[in-house]
Amino acid sequence: MSGQTVTMTHAPDAKRHSPPPAWRKPVLMGAPLVLLLVGFLVFPVGQLLALSVYNGQGFTLAPYAQLFASSLYVTVLWITLKISLATTLVAVVAAYPIAYLISIAKGPAKSRLIFWVLLSFWTSFLVRAFAWVVILGRNGVVNSTLMSLGIIDRPLDLLYGFGAVLAGMVHAMLPLAVMTMLAVMENIDRTLPRAAGTLGARPGTAFWTVYFPLSLPGVAASAIMVFVSAIGFFIVPALLGGRKETMITQLIIDQVQQTLNWGLAGAISVLLLTVVLVVFVLYDRVFGFASLTGESAVVRNRDTAMRRLGGRVLGMLGSASDTAIGLLPRRHPIRGRAEHPLALTGFVWLLLALISLPAFLMIPLSFGKGGLAWPPSGFTLQWYQQLLDSPIWMQALWRSIVVAFGTGLLAMAIGVPAAFLMVRSQMRGKGAMLAFILSPIVVPRMIIAVGMFYVFAQMGLVGTILGLVIGHTVVAVPYVVMTMMAVLRNYDTRLDMAAQSLGARPLAALRHVTFPILGAGMLSSFLFAFATSFDELTISLFSSGGLSATLPKQFWDEVTLQVSPVVAAVSTGLLLFVATLIYVADRLRRRSLAG
Amino acid sequence: MSSSSLSVQGLAKRYGDFVALAPTDLVVADGEFLTLLGPSGSGKTTLLSLLAGLVPPDEGSVRIGSQDVTYAPPYERDIGVVFQNYALFPHMTIEENIAFPLKMRKVPAAEAKRRAGEALEMVHLPHIAGRYPRELSGGQQQRVALARCMVYKPSIILMDEPLGALDKKLREHMQLEIKRLHRELGTTVVYVTHDQEEAMTMSNRICLMNAGRIEQLGTPADLYFRPRSLFVADFLGESNILPAALRSRSGDEVEIGLGTLGVSGRALANGNELPPGTEVRVMVRPQNLTVARKGGNTPDELQGRVSEVMVTGSLTKVYMEPLDGKLPPLVAAFPTRNDDDAVRIDDVLTLSWSGRDAVVIADKIADAARAAGTA
Repeated sequence: MSGQTVTMTHAPDAKRHSPPPAWRKPVLMGAPLVLLLVGFLVFPVGQLLALSVYNGQGFTLAPYAQLFASSLYVTVLWITLKISLATTLVAVVAAYPIAYLISIAKGPAKSRLIFWVLLSFWTSFLVRAFAWVVILGRNGVVNSTLMSLGIIDRPLDLLYGFGAVLAGMVHAMLPLAVMTMLAVMENIDRTLPRAAGTLGARPGTAFWTVYFPLSLPGVAASAIMVFVSAIGFFIVPALLGGRKETMITQLIIDQVQQTLNWGLAGAISVLLLTVVLVVFVLYDRVFGFASLTGESAVVRNRDTAMRRLGGRVLGMLGSASDTAIGLLPRRHPIRGRAEHPLALTGFVWLLLALISLPAFLMIPLSFGKGGLAWPPSGFTLQWYQQLLDSPIWMQALWRSIVVAFGTGLLAMAIGVPAAFLMVRSQMRGKGAMLAFILSPIVVPRMIIAVGMFYVFAQMGLVGTILGLVIGHTVVAVPYVVMTMMAVLRNYDTRLDMAAQSLGARPLAALRHVTFPILGAGMLSSFLFAFATSFDELTISLFSSGGLSATLPKQFWDEVTLQVSPVVAAVSTGLLLFVATLIYVADRLRRRSLAG
Repeated sequence: MSSSSLSVQGLAKRYGDFVALAPTDLVVADGEFLTLLGPSGSGKTTLLSLLAGLVPPDEGSVRIGSQDVTYAPPYERDIGVVFQNYALFPHMTIEENIAFPLKMRKVPAAEAKRRAGEALEMVHLPHIAGRYPRELSGGQQQRVALARCMVYKPSIILMDEPLGALDKKLREHMQLEIKRLHRELGTTVVYVTHDQEEAMTMSNRICLMNAGRIEQLGTPADLYFRPRSLFVADFLGESNILPAALRSRSGDEVEIGLGTLGVSGRALANGNELPPGTEVRVMVRPQNLTVARKGGNTPDELQGRVSEVMVTGSLTKVYMEPLDGKLPPLVAAFPTRNDDDAVRIDDVLTLSWSGRDAVVIADKIADAARAAGTA
C-alpha cells in the first residue's frame, strides 16, 4: 500500500493508520500568533529600543546622556508614577463595591449593572476624556451651575490641573478595574461567607475575614491592570492636564512627531518599559500571573508576621462593621438579613451614574445651538448635518469600520486556534506562552505604536488599511485569546468526542457541535476585537499617516486643534453605537444559553 | 477469530511516567456484554478511550472485526459511545441529537427522522422529541443517550459509567433497561463501572482492573467465588480473608489449618498446586458462613464474640472477634428473620462453612511478604 504502512508488520490489514505526529497540531495552532507577535511586537519594540543605543554609525549612549542631563525627564517620570498610583488607588477602591454588588446580584439586576459598566468600558476613551473638558471648562457644567446658583461669581479654574487629570483617569480606568476584579469575585464560592455565618460570624466579620481575603487576588489583578494602563496613557493628561501634569508618553509623542529624535524616544521607552517590567515582576512574585486570567492564585504565603497582622486588622474591621451594622435601625425583622444592603446598592448606582453621565452630557450638547457651552440652548441638527457633509469624518468612519472588521476577523483567525491550544493541549511551557500572548497588554501601547511606526515606515505600511489592521490585531489578539479561553474552559470537550464517536469528522464536529455551542462566546470575542480596534488611537496616531485618519484619530485631531460641536455629535453617535453593540451581544449571549 | 468482534493486543498508554494502561490483551466476543470494573485510576476508562479512539495508544493494536483500527479516528470505527455525563448536544433538540449520527452518515432527513422516532420508542420516550436536553431528567437524558447510540446500530457500544449520576432506584431500573436493549439488539457492549454490584448484575464477563492491569477476567461467578487475588476477593463485595496453612489435598479440595488453636476447615484449591505446609489465604463470603449457638469450647471449631449486629434490610450482618486472637475480625450474613432469638452483642457464636464455599488465594502471599520485607 502507501509508504506509511511499510514499517507495519501486520501486512494483511486492509487499513492501518500511523499515529499522527504529536507536534503537528500544536505548531499549526500556535504558530500564526507567535509569528504575528514576533514580527509586529517583538521586532518593532526591539528596533525602537535598539535605536536608543545605535545611531546609524555605531554604539552610543548619547540619548541616555540627554535623558538624564536635565531634570525634565526624571520629573516627568515622577509625575507619571504619582498620577498612575493615585489613579490606581482611587479606581480600585471605587471598583470594589461595584464588582462586589455585581458578583452577588442575580438575574436582571445583574444584567443591568453589567450593562452600565460595559457601556462605560466601551465608550471611547476620547469621548469620556473630552466630556470632562465640557464638565470642568470655564463655560462648563460645574462652573455655569455654580454661577447660576450664585455660589460663585466668576468661573473657577477647574481644568488643566491634577484634580481634573485624576478625575479623567479614574473615569477612564474604573470600568477596567471592575471587570478585572469581577473575574475573580465571580469564582468565589458564595457559600463560604454563609458557612462563616453558621459558624457564628456576624455579617461584617464574615465579609472581612472570609470574603475579602478571597477577593484580594482580584484586587491585585485589577490594580496592576489599571496601573500599567495608566502609566502608558496620554489622552487624559493631554486633554485635561496642564504643564505640570505632563506624562511620559506625551514626551515620546513629542520626540517622534516634532523633533524626530528617535534615539531619545527609544531611551524614554526603555525607561518606561523598565518601570512596567519591575512592577510586573513584583506582582508575579507576590500574586502570580495566573490570577490575571481569573484563575484562583495558589496560596503561597504561610504563617508570617505580615499575615498574622493582616488577620488581626481584618478581624478588627469585621467587628467594627458589625458594631456599625448593629447601630443601624433594623428593617423588617425577616428581610433584615437581605444580601444586598440598600446602602451598598445606592452607593454603587451613584458611582455608575457618575461614570456614565459625562458621556451622556454630549447628547444635549449635540442638539444645542450654543456649541459646547453649558447649558445647551435651542434645538438644531446642524452639527449632525455638518458631520454627514464632511468627507473627512465620513472617510474616517468608513476606514475605522473597515479596519475594525479586518482586525476582528484576523484576530479571531489567529487567536481562536491559539486559545484552543492553550486550553486543550497538555504541551509544556504553557505559562510562558500565555505570558507572551498577553505581552501586547503589558507593554505600554505607546512603545508598541512608536516601534510599529518605525517598522511600518520601512515596509511602506504607514497610511494603509493593512498596516492598521495588523497593528490593531497585535493589541486585540490577547483579548480574543483571553475571552475564548474563558469560554473554552466552560465547554465540555466530551461533546466533541461524542460527535466524533457518532461519526462526525473533525470539521463536521466543529461545524455542527463546537462552533454552534461556542457561537455566542466567539461573537463576543469578535466584538471585543472589533471594539478594541474601533477605539484604538495610539497606533493610529502614528501609523494612519497624515491623511488617512481613523475615527479616533480624526476625533483627536479635532479636539486638540480646533474644537467644534461636531465632536458632540460624533460622541453621541459613538455612544449609541456602543450601547447597541452591548445590547445585541447580551441578547445573543442569552439566546445561546436559552437555545 | 470470526467470533470476536473486538480484540486488543499489547495495548498500552502512558502519561509521562504514569502508566495508565500496562500492555494489555483482551478479546471480546460478538454480542457479549463485558464490563470493565475497577477503582478510579485503574485504567478502565483509559482502555475504553483507546477502544473508542478518543486517545491514541503508545503501543499495541486494536482490531474491530477483521480491521486494524489502532490509530483510526473515532468516526471511522463504527462504534457507539455512551458518555458518563451523556454528552447530549445542548443546542439541539432530542430528535436532532438522535438524528445526528444518521446525518453524519448522509441518511436522508426524512429517513433519519423516522429512525430517530423509532429509537425514541425503543427507550419509551416518544413524546419528548421536540425538547432540549436540559429540559429532561437525568434518567431521560440517559435514555436519550442510549437511543442516540443505538439508532445507527454500531457493531460495538462502549459505555463509560453511564448510570453514575442517577440515584439508586433509577439506576437499578436503567440496568434492566440496558440489559433488555442489549438482548434485543444483540450488540457487543463494553461497559465501564466502578460499582461491583452493577458489574455482577449486568455482565456476561467482568474484566477487573487494578493499577493499569487486568487483575482477573471471567464470569461474575468466577470473580465472586473464585478470585485469583486478594484484590479481586476484596473488590467484589464483602469477604472474610483468613490466614491459613495447607495441610493436605484431596481432589480439588484442600484441608487447611487456621490460627493457633488448631481450628481446621476445608476449601477449594482453585487450581493452585501448592505443597502441604504452604501459607495461604482462604476467602469465605459472609453469607456462606454458618453461625450457631451450640456452645462448648471445642478447640477445633472457630468461635467468635459478637461485636456488632447490623440489619441492612433483607440481610442481617454479624461482626465478630474470633476468640483466637491471631485471626482477623469476621463477618457473617444471613436473611433477616422475625424471631425472638436474635443475636446480641457479646454473644459467642460458632462458625462453620462448606468446603465448596471457601477458596484458597495463593498469588498475593509472595507480594504481601515482599511488601512486608521492604516496609
